Amino acid sequence: MSRKTPLFDEHAKAGARLVEFHGWEMPLHYGSQLDEHLVVRENAGVFDVSHMTIVDVTGPRAEEFLRQLLANDVGRLKAPGVALYSPMLNEKGGIIDDLVVYKRDSGFRLVANCATRDRDLEWMSMNAAAVAAPADAKVEERAELAMLAVQGPRALEKAVAELPAVIAGKVSNLEPFQFVEADEWLVARTGYTGEDGIELMLPAEQAVSLWRALLARGIRPVGLGARDTLRLEAGLNLYGQDMDESTSPLQSALGWTVAWEPSEREFIGRSALENERRQRSRVRLTGIVLEERGVVRRDQQVMRDEEVAGAVTSGIFSPTLKRGIGFARVGGLRRGECQVEIRGRSVRARLVKPPFVRNGKKVFE
Amino acid sequence: MSETPEELRYLASHEWARLEEDGVVTVGISDFAQEALGDVVYVELPELGSEVHAGEEAAVVESVKAASDIYSPLAGSVVAVNDALEEGPDAVNSDPYGEGWMFKIDRVRS
Repeated sequence: MSRKTPLFDEHAKAGARLVEFHGWEMPLHYGSQLDEHLVVRENAGVFDVSHMTIVDVTGPRAEEFLRQLLANDVGRLKAPGVALYSPMLNEKGGIIDDLVVYKRDSGFRLVANCATRDRDLEWMSMNAAAVAAPADAKVEERAELAMLAVQGPRALEKAVAELPAVIAGKVSNLEPFQFVEADEWLVARTGYTGEDGIELMLPAEQAVSLWRALLARGIRPVGLGARDTLRLEAGLNLYGQDMDESTSPLQSALGWTVAWEPSEREFIGRSALENERRQRSRVRLTGIVLEERGVVRRDQQVMRDEEVAGAVTSGIFSPTLKRGIGFARVGGLRRGECQVEIRGRSVRARLVKPPFVRNGKKVFE
Repeated sequence: MSETPEELRYLASHEWARLEEDGVVTVGISDFAQEALGDVVYVELPELGSEVHAGEEAAVVESVKAASDIYSPLAGSVVAVNDALEEGPDAVNSDPYGEGWMFKIDRVRS
Protein backbone atom coordinates (compact mmCIF):
# COMPACT_ATOMS: atom_id res chain seq x y z
CA MET A 1 0.00 0.00 0.00
CA SER A 2 1.74 3.22 -1.14
CA ARG A 3 1.99 6.20 1.15
CA LYS A 4 0.51 9.53 0.11
CA THR A 5 1.72 13.01 0.92
CA PRO A 6 -0.68 15.67 2.27
CA LEU A 7 -0.84 17.04 -1.31
CA PHE A 8 -1.96 13.83 -3.01
CA ASP A 9 -5.44 15.12 -3.92
CA GLU A 10 -3.94 18.34 -5.29
CA HIS A 11 -1.72 16.34 -7.65
CA ALA A 12 -4.69 14.44 -8.98
CA LYS A 13 -6.52 17.76 -9.49
CA ALA A 14 -3.58 19.19 -11.39
CA GLY A 15 -3.63 16.26 -13.82
CA ALA A 16 -0.61 14.41 -12.43
CA ARG A 17 0.58 11.14 -13.89
CA LEU A 18 1.31 9.29 -10.65
CA VAL A 19 4.00 6.66 -10.15
CA GLU A 20 5.10 4.45 -7.31
CA PHE A 21 8.30 5.86 -5.84
CA HIS A 22 9.95 3.86 -3.03
CA GLY A 23 6.66 3.22 -1.29
CA TRP A 24 5.02 6.57 -2.15
CA GLU A 25 2.48 7.60 -4.84
CA MET A 26 4.18 10.61 -6.40
CA PRO A 27 3.62 12.82 -9.46
CA LEU A 28 5.97 11.92 -12.31
CA HIS A 29 4.70 14.89 -14.30
CA TYR A 30 1.54 16.95 -14.81
CA GLY A 31 1.38 16.68 -18.60
CA SER A 32 4.90 17.35 -19.88
CA GLN A 33 8.15 16.67 -18.07
CA LEU A 34 9.98 18.81 -20.65
CA ASP A 35 7.72 21.82 -20.14
CA GLU A 36 8.09 21.52 -16.37
CA HIS A 37 11.88 21.41 -16.65
CA LEU A 38 11.93 24.56 -18.77
CA VAL A 39 9.52 26.42 -16.49
CA VAL A 40 11.95 25.94 -13.58
CA ARG A 41 14.90 27.16 -15.67
CA GLU A 42 12.98 30.21 -16.94
CA ASN A 43 10.31 31.04 -14.39
CA ALA A 44 9.17 29.25 -11.21
CA GLY A 45 7.97 25.76 -10.33
CA VAL A 46 6.92 24.00 -7.11
CA PHE A 47 7.75 20.43 -6.10
CA ASP A 48 6.05 18.35 -3.41
CA VAL A 49 9.00 16.77 -1.59
CA SER A 50 7.07 15.65 1.50
CA HIS A 51 8.30 12.11 0.95
CA MET A 52 11.80 13.10 2.12
CA THR A 53 12.98 11.93 5.56
CA ILE A 54 13.10 14.74 8.15
CA VAL A 55 14.87 13.95 11.43
CA ASP A 56 15.51 16.24 14.42
CA VAL A 57 18.59 15.61 16.55
CA THR A 58 18.51 17.37 19.91
CA GLY A 59 20.15 17.29 23.34
CA PRO A 60 23.37 18.54 24.93
CA ARG A 61 25.49 16.01 23.04
CA ALA A 62 23.72 16.31 19.69
CA GLU A 63 26.56 18.26 18.09
CA GLU A 64 29.18 15.84 19.38
CA PHE A 65 27.15 12.96 17.94
CA LEU A 66 26.72 14.57 14.51
CA ARG A 67 30.41 15.48 14.31
CA GLN A 68 31.09 11.79 14.65
CA LEU A 69 28.27 10.63 12.37
CA LEU A 70 28.87 12.82 9.30
CA ALA A 71 31.85 13.27 6.97
CA ASN A 72 31.28 17.03 6.82
CA ASP A 73 31.66 18.92 10.09
CA VAL A 74 28.62 20.54 11.72
CA GLY A 75 31.14 22.27 14.00
CA ARG A 76 31.67 24.63 11.05
CA LEU A 77 28.12 25.96 11.51
CA LYS A 78 28.88 28.80 13.89
CA ALA A 79 25.41 30.14 14.54
CA PRO A 80 21.83 28.91 14.10
CA GLY A 81 20.30 29.60 10.70
CA VAL A 82 22.89 27.88 8.49
CA ALA A 83 22.95 24.46 6.87
CA LEU A 84 25.48 22.23 5.14
CA TYR A 85 25.47 19.23 2.80
CA SER A 86 27.13 15.99 3.89
CA PRO A 87 27.38 12.32 3.08
CA MET A 88 26.83 9.83 5.93
CA LEU A 89 29.35 6.99 5.73
CA ASN A 90 29.72 3.45 6.97
CA GLU A 91 32.96 2.14 8.50
CA LYS A 92 34.38 1.31 5.05
CA GLY A 93 33.83 4.85 3.80
CA GLY A 94 30.84 3.81 1.69
CA ILE A 95 27.96 6.27 1.42
CA ILE A 96 24.83 5.33 3.35
CA ASP A 97 23.01 8.50 2.26
CA ASP A 98 23.54 12.17 1.45
CA LEU A 99 21.68 14.82 3.41
CA VAL A 100 21.42 18.46 4.41
CA VAL A 101 21.84 19.31 8.10
CA TYR A 102 20.44 22.56 9.56
CA LYS A 103 21.78 24.11 12.76
CA ARG A 104 18.79 25.46 14.71
CA ASP A 105 18.35 27.24 18.04
CA SER A 106 17.14 23.97 19.51
CA GLY A 107 19.51 21.39 18.00
CA PHE A 108 19.82 20.13 14.44
CA ARG A 109 17.52 18.99 11.64
CA LEU A 110 18.58 16.52 8.97
CA VAL A 111 16.80 16.04 5.65
CA ALA A 112 17.69 12.75 4.00
CA ASN A 113 16.42 10.70 1.07
CA CYS A 114 13.12 8.89 1.06
CA ALA A 115 14.40 5.58 -0.34
CA THR A 116 16.93 5.18 2.48
CA ARG A 117 14.63 6.16 5.35
CA ASP A 118 14.68 2.87 7.29
CA ARG A 119 18.41 2.36 6.93
CA ASP A 120 19.11 6.00 7.88
CA LEU A 121 16.94 5.94 11.02
CA GLU A 122 18.39 2.64 12.18
CA TRP A 123 21.96 3.80 11.57
CA MET A 124 21.44 7.15 13.31
CA SER A 125 19.71 5.65 16.34
CA MET A 126 22.30 2.93 16.72
CA ASN A 127 25.17 5.40 16.56
CA ALA A 128 23.47 7.94 18.83
CA ALA A 129 23.06 5.20 21.44
CA ALA A 130 26.75 4.32 21.14
CA VAL A 131 27.76 7.93 21.85
CA ALA A 132 25.30 9.13 24.47
CA ALA A 133 22.33 8.42 26.67
CA PRO A 134 18.95 8.88 24.89
CA ALA A 135 18.26 12.26 26.50
CA ASP A 136 21.67 13.60 25.50
CA ALA A 137 21.41 12.86 21.77
CA LYS A 138 17.83 12.29 20.75
CA VAL A 139 17.00 11.21 17.19
CA GLU A 140 13.37 11.86 16.25
CA GLU A 141 11.68 11.62 12.87
CA ARG A 142 9.29 14.46 12.02
CA ALA A 143 6.81 12.61 9.85
CA GLU A 144 4.09 15.19 10.57
CA LEU A 145 5.87 17.85 8.48
CA ALA A 146 5.25 18.46 4.80
CA MET A 147 7.98 19.83 2.53
CA LEU A 148 7.82 21.88 -0.67
CA ALA A 149 10.52 23.28 -2.94
CA VAL A 150 9.92 26.42 -5.01
CA GLN A 151 12.65 26.82 -7.61
CA GLY A 152 13.49 29.09 -10.53
CA PRO A 153 14.71 32.63 -11.21
CA ARG A 154 11.29 34.01 -10.23
CA ALA A 155 10.68 31.63 -7.33
CA LEU A 156 11.31 34.06 -4.48
CA GLU A 157 9.58 36.94 -6.19
CA LYS A 158 6.40 34.89 -6.64
CA ALA A 159 6.43 32.88 -3.42
CA VAL A 160 7.38 35.46 -0.81
CA ALA A 161 3.90 36.99 -0.61
CA GLU A 162 2.46 33.61 0.42
CA LEU A 163 4.82 33.08 3.35
CA PRO A 164 3.99 34.04 6.96
CA ALA A 165 4.87 37.72 7.45
CA VAL A 166 7.52 37.02 10.08
CA ILE A 167 9.37 34.83 7.54
CA ALA A 168 8.59 36.71 4.33
CA GLY A 169 10.58 39.76 5.36
CA LYS A 170 13.74 37.73 5.94
CA VAL A 171 13.70 35.31 3.02
CA SER A 172 15.08 37.62 0.32
CA ASN A 173 18.10 38.37 2.50
CA LEU A 174 19.04 34.73 2.96
CA GLU A 175 22.29 33.60 1.40
CA PRO A 176 22.36 30.11 -0.10
CA PHE A 177 22.21 27.51 2.71
CA GLN A 178 20.85 30.01 5.22
CA PHE A 179 17.37 29.57 6.66
CA VAL A 180 14.74 31.14 8.93
CA GLU A 181 12.21 29.56 11.26
CA ALA A 182 8.94 30.61 12.86
CA ASP A 183 5.82 28.81 14.11
CA GLU A 184 6.87 25.33 13.02
CA TRP A 185 7.88 26.59 9.54
CA LEU A 186 11.48 26.34 8.34
CA VAL A 187 12.35 28.10 5.08
CA ALA A 188 15.82 27.66 3.58
CA ARG A 189 17.53 29.06 0.51
CA THR A 190 18.45 25.63 -0.77
CA GLY A 191 17.43 23.41 -3.65
CA TYR A 192 18.19 20.53 -5.97
CA THR A 193 17.79 22.22 -9.35
CA GLY A 194 20.73 24.60 -9.81
CA GLU A 195 18.35 27.58 -9.75
CA ASP A 196 17.61 30.10 -7.01
CA GLY A 197 14.78 29.08 -4.73
CA ILE A 198 13.62 27.96 -1.33
CA GLU A 199 12.70 24.73 0.38
CA LEU A 200 9.99 24.89 3.03
CA MET A 201 9.12 22.52 5.87
CA LEU A 202 5.76 23.14 7.52
CA PRO A 203 2.99 21.35 9.43
CA ALA A 204 1.20 18.94 7.08
CA GLU A 205 -2.20 20.50 7.75
CA GLN A 206 -1.03 23.82 6.26
CA ALA A 207 0.49 22.32 3.11
CA VAL A 208 -2.62 22.27 0.94
CA SER A 209 -3.43 25.94 1.44
CA LEU A 210 0.17 26.96 0.75
CA TRP A 211 0.26 24.81 -2.41
CA ARG A 212 -2.93 26.37 -3.73
CA ALA A 213 -1.69 29.87 -2.93
CA LEU A 214 1.57 29.24 -4.79
CA LEU A 215 -0.26 27.90 -7.83
CA ALA A 216 -2.55 30.96 -7.76
CA ARG A 217 0.61 33.08 -8.08
CA GLY A 218 1.40 31.36 -11.37
CA ILE A 219 3.95 28.91 -9.98
CA ARG A 220 3.65 25.66 -11.95
CA PRO A 221 3.57 22.23 -10.28
CA VAL A 222 6.63 20.16 -11.27
CA GLY A 223 7.01 16.37 -10.99
CA LEU A 224 9.79 13.90 -10.28
CA GLY A 225 10.66 13.47 -13.96
CA ALA A 226 11.76 17.09 -14.31
CA ARG A 227 13.36 16.97 -10.85
CA ASP A 228 15.76 14.37 -12.19
CA THR A 229 16.69 16.22 -15.39
CA LEU A 230 17.13 19.50 -13.49
CA ARG A 231 19.45 18.05 -10.84
CA LEU A 232 21.60 16.27 -13.42
CA GLU A 233 22.08 19.42 -15.52
CA ALA A 234 23.07 21.14 -12.25
CA GLY A 235 25.73 18.51 -11.55
CA LEU A 236 24.02 17.08 -8.44
CA ASN A 237 24.29 13.39 -7.54
CA LEU A 238 21.30 11.13 -7.00
CA TYR A 239 21.75 8.60 -4.20
CA GLY A 240 21.08 5.07 -5.32
CA GLN A 241 22.21 5.81 -8.88
CA ASP A 242 25.40 7.88 -8.79
CA MET A 243 26.49 6.59 -5.40
CA ASP A 244 25.61 3.93 -2.82
CA GLU A 245 27.18 2.03 0.05
CA SER A 246 29.75 0.49 -2.29
CA THR A 247 31.14 3.89 -3.35
CA SER A 248 33.08 6.43 -1.27
CA PRO A 249 32.83 10.23 -1.51
CA LEU A 250 36.21 10.23 -3.28
CA GLN A 251 34.74 8.02 -5.99
CA SER A 252 31.56 10.11 -6.20
CA ALA A 253 32.86 13.64 -6.85
CA LEU A 254 32.12 14.46 -3.18
CA GLY A 255 35.68 14.80 -1.87
CA TRP A 256 34.85 18.46 -1.16
CA THR A 257 32.20 17.45 1.40
CA VAL A 258 34.73 15.64 3.61
CA ALA A 259 36.03 17.93 6.38
CA TRP A 260 39.49 16.51 7.09
CA GLU A 261 40.32 19.37 9.49
CA PRO A 262 40.47 19.33 12.45
CA SER A 263 42.52 16.13 12.13
CA GLU A 264 41.44 15.03 15.63
CA ARG A 265 37.78 14.76 14.59
CA GLU A 266 36.98 11.07 14.45
CA PHE A 267 34.05 10.49 12.12
CA ILE A 268 32.67 7.16 10.89
CA GLY A 269 34.59 6.10 7.78
CA ARG A 270 37.54 8.46 8.38
CA SER A 271 40.30 5.87 8.51
CA ALA A 272 38.97 4.00 5.45
CA LEU A 273 38.91 7.28 3.51
CA GLU A 274 42.42 8.19 4.67
CA ASN A 275 43.67 4.85 3.34
CA GLU A 276 41.90 5.42 0.07
CA ARG A 277 43.25 8.96 -0.21
CA ARG A 278 46.81 7.64 0.05
CA GLN A 279 46.30 5.53 -3.08
CA ARG A 280 46.80 7.38 -6.33
CA SER A 281 44.46 5.55 -8.63
CA ARG A 282 40.74 5.03 -8.15
CA VAL A 283 37.51 5.24 -10.06
CA ARG A 284 35.94 8.67 -10.20
CA LEU A 285 32.54 10.09 -10.99
CA THR A 286 32.58 12.64 -13.78
CA GLY A 287 30.32 14.22 -16.39
CA ILE A 288 29.78 12.89 -19.89
CA VAL A 289 28.29 14.61 -22.93
CA LEU A 290 27.43 13.02 -26.25
CA GLU A 291 29.05 14.58 -29.30
CA GLU A 292 26.48 12.97 -31.61
CA ARG A 293 22.71 12.74 -31.41
CA GLY A 294 21.31 10.34 -28.89
CA VAL A 295 20.41 9.75 -25.28
CA VAL A 296 22.85 8.33 -22.76
CA ARG A 297 21.38 6.04 -20.09
CA ARG A 298 22.57 4.34 -16.91
CA ASP A 299 24.67 1.19 -17.17
CA GLN A 300 25.85 1.96 -20.72
CA GLN A 301 29.55 1.26 -21.05
CA VAL A 302 32.10 4.03 -21.51
CA MET A 303 34.96 3.03 -23.83
CA ARG A 304 38.36 4.55 -24.42
CA ASP A 305 40.94 3.11 -26.84
CA GLU A 306 38.74 0.07 -27.34
CA GLU A 307 38.77 -0.76 -23.63
CA VAL A 308 36.04 -0.40 -21.06
CA ALA A 309 36.82 2.70 -18.98
CA GLY A 310 33.67 2.60 -16.89
CA ALA A 311 29.90 2.96 -17.03
CA VAL A 312 27.19 5.60 -17.04
CA THR A 313 25.48 6.00 -13.66
CA SER A 314 22.79 8.52 -14.66
CA GLY A 315 21.85 9.71 -18.14
CA ILE A 316 19.25 12.02 -19.64
CA PHE A 317 18.44 14.05 -22.70
CA SER A 318 19.15 17.57 -21.45
CA PRO A 319 16.15 19.79 -22.20
CA THR A 320 18.27 22.93 -21.81
CA LEU A 321 21.22 21.79 -23.92
CA LYS A 322 19.28 19.49 -26.27
CA ARG A 323 21.84 16.73 -26.13
CA GLY A 324 22.56 13.59 -24.16
CA ILE A 325 24.39 14.20 -20.86
CA GLY A 326 25.07 12.13 -17.76
CA PHE A 327 27.44 11.07 -15.04
CA ALA A 328 29.85 8.17 -15.46
CA ARG A 329 32.18 6.40 -13.06
CA VAL A 330 35.48 5.75 -14.83
CA GLY A 331 39.02 4.61 -14.09
CA GLY A 332 41.95 6.58 -15.43
CA LEU A 333 41.53 10.05 -16.92
CA ARG A 334 38.27 11.75 -16.11
CA ARG A 335 38.48 14.21 -19.02
CA GLY A 336 38.75 13.83 -22.74
CA GLU A 337 37.30 11.94 -25.68
CA CYS A 338 35.59 8.61 -25.22
CA GLN A 339 32.75 6.53 -26.64
CA VAL A 340 29.50 5.26 -25.16
CA GLU A 341 28.04 1.91 -26.25
CA ILE A 342 24.41 2.70 -26.98
CA ARG A 343 22.34 -0.27 -28.15
CA GLY A 344 25.25 -1.82 -30.00
CA ARG A 345 26.52 1.40 -31.54
CA SER A 346 29.67 3.27 -30.50
CA VAL A 347 28.72 6.93 -29.99
CA ARG A 348 31.32 9.70 -29.68
CA ALA A 349 31.31 11.42 -26.29
CA ARG A 350 33.46 13.55 -24.02
CA LEU A 351 34.15 13.50 -20.28
CA VAL A 352 33.68 16.92 -18.69
CA LYS A 353 33.58 18.57 -15.28
CA PRO A 354 29.99 19.13 -14.09
CA PRO A 355 27.82 21.14 -13.75
CA PHE A 356 26.42 21.31 -17.25
CA VAL A 357 24.06 24.27 -16.72
CA ARG A 358 24.14 27.26 -14.39
CA ASN A 359 21.60 30.10 -14.43
CA GLY A 360 20.04 28.52 -17.50
CA LYS A 361 23.26 28.51 -19.53
CA LYS A 362 25.80 25.91 -20.64
CA VAL A 363 28.89 26.13 -18.43
CA PHE A 364 31.05 23.10 -19.11
CA GLU A 365 34.12 23.09 -21.36
CA MET B 1 -8.70 9.74 -23.32
CA SER B 2 -6.68 8.71 -26.39
CA GLU B 3 -8.25 9.00 -29.83
CA THR B 4 -8.00 6.16 -32.27
CA PRO B 5 -8.93 6.98 -35.88
CA GLU B 6 -10.98 4.29 -37.60
CA GLU B 7 -9.41 4.42 -41.04
CA LEU B 8 -5.96 3.34 -39.86
CA ARG B 9 -4.77 -0.18 -39.34
CA TYR B 10 -3.00 -1.04 -36.08
CA LEU B 11 -0.36 -3.50 -34.95
CA ALA B 12 -0.51 -4.98 -31.47
CA SER B 13 2.69 -3.03 -30.80
CA HIS B 14 0.89 0.32 -31.29
CA GLU B 15 2.13 1.40 -34.69
CA TRP B 16 -0.46 2.56 -37.21
CA ALA B 17 -0.31 2.19 -41.00
CA ARG B 18 -2.18 4.31 -43.54
CA LEU B 19 -2.51 3.39 -47.22
CA GLU B 20 -2.16 6.59 -49.23
CA GLU B 21 -3.75 7.30 -52.59
CA ASP B 22 -0.46 6.74 -54.42
CA GLY B 23 -0.15 3.25 -52.96
CA VAL B 24 2.55 4.17 -50.45
CA VAL B 25 2.03 3.29 -46.75
CA THR B 26 2.67 5.87 -44.00
CA VAL B 27 3.65 4.60 -40.53
CA GLY B 28 3.53 6.23 -37.10
CA ILE B 29 2.64 5.39 -33.49
CA SER B 30 -0.73 5.61 -31.81
CA ASP B 31 -1.95 8.22 -29.35
CA PHE B 32 -1.97 5.53 -26.66
CA ALA B 33 1.68 4.75 -27.39
CA GLN B 34 2.86 8.39 -27.33
CA GLU B 35 1.12 8.94 -24.00
CA ALA B 36 2.74 5.85 -22.51
CA LEU B 37 6.19 6.93 -23.73
CA GLY B 38 6.08 10.47 -22.33
CA ASP B 39 7.87 13.39 -23.99
CA VAL B 40 9.68 12.24 -27.13
CA VAL B 41 13.16 13.75 -27.40
CA TYR B 42 14.63 12.04 -30.43
CA VAL B 43 13.50 9.75 -33.26
CA GLU B 44 15.99 7.57 -35.12
CA LEU B 45 14.46 7.06 -38.57
CA PRO B 46 15.36 4.43 -41.17
CA GLU B 47 17.61 5.35 -44.08
CA LEU B 48 15.94 6.41 -47.30
CA GLY B 49 15.99 3.52 -49.74
CA SER B 50 16.59 0.87 -47.09
CA GLU B 51 14.62 -2.37 -47.08
CA VAL B 52 12.30 -3.09 -44.17
CA HIS B 53 10.55 -6.32 -43.29
CA ALA B 54 7.23 -6.99 -41.63
CA GLY B 55 7.54 -7.17 -37.86
CA GLU B 56 11.16 -5.99 -37.77
CA GLU B 57 12.59 -2.89 -36.12
CA ALA B 58 12.57 0.04 -38.55
CA ALA B 59 12.91 3.06 -36.25
CA VAL B 60 13.61 3.95 -32.61
CA VAL B 61 11.79 6.50 -30.49
CA GLU B 62 13.73 7.92 -27.54
CA SER B 63 11.55 9.48 -24.88
CA VAL B 64 12.42 10.89 -21.48
CA LYS B 65 11.69 7.41 -20.10
CA ALA B 66 13.25 4.90 -22.49
CA ALA B 67 14.13 3.90 -26.04
CA SER B 68 11.35 2.03 -27.87
CA ASP B 69 11.64 0.08 -31.09
CA ILE B 70 9.16 0.85 -33.86
CA TYR B 71 8.31 -2.13 -36.04
CA SER B 72 7.46 -2.01 -39.72
CA PRO B 73 3.97 -3.31 -40.37
CA LEU B 74 4.94 -4.64 -43.79
CA ALA B 75 7.81 -5.37 -46.16
CA GLY B 76 9.07 -2.82 -48.67
CA SER B 77 11.52 0.02 -49.19
CA VAL B 78 11.61 3.31 -47.31
CA VAL B 79 10.65 6.07 -49.75
CA ALA B 80 10.26 8.97 -47.30
CA VAL B 81 11.16 9.87 -43.70
CA ASN B 82 9.80 12.75 -41.65
CA ASP B 83 12.87 15.00 -41.36
CA ALA B 84 10.85 17.57 -39.39
CA LEU B 85 11.07 15.22 -36.39
CA GLU B 86 14.78 16.02 -36.09
CA GLU B 87 14.06 19.57 -34.90
CA GLY B 88 10.59 18.87 -33.57
CA PRO B 89 10.34 15.36 -32.09
CA ASP B 90 7.46 16.59 -29.92
CA ALA B 91 5.18 16.30 -32.99
CA VAL B 92 4.99 12.60 -32.13
CA ASN B 93 3.30 13.56 -28.85
CA SER B 94 1.16 16.46 -30.07
CA ASP B 95 -0.03 15.04 -33.40
CA PRO B 96 0.76 11.29 -33.59
CA TYR B 97 -1.51 10.65 -36.58
CA GLY B 98 -0.62 13.81 -38.55
CA GLU B 99 2.63 15.79 -38.17
CA GLY B 100 4.08 12.96 -36.08
CA TRP B 101 4.26 10.49 -39.01
CA MET B 102 7.62 8.70 -39.15
CA PHE B 103 8.30 7.00 -42.48
CA LYS B 104 6.66 5.82 -45.69
CA ILE B 105 7.06 2.45 -47.35
CA ASP B 106 6.59 1.42 -50.94
CA ARG B 107 5.44 -2.08 -50.38
CA VAL B 108 6.63 -5.23 -52.03
CA ARG B 109 3.86 -6.50 -54.25
CA SER B 110 3.57 -10.22 -54.58
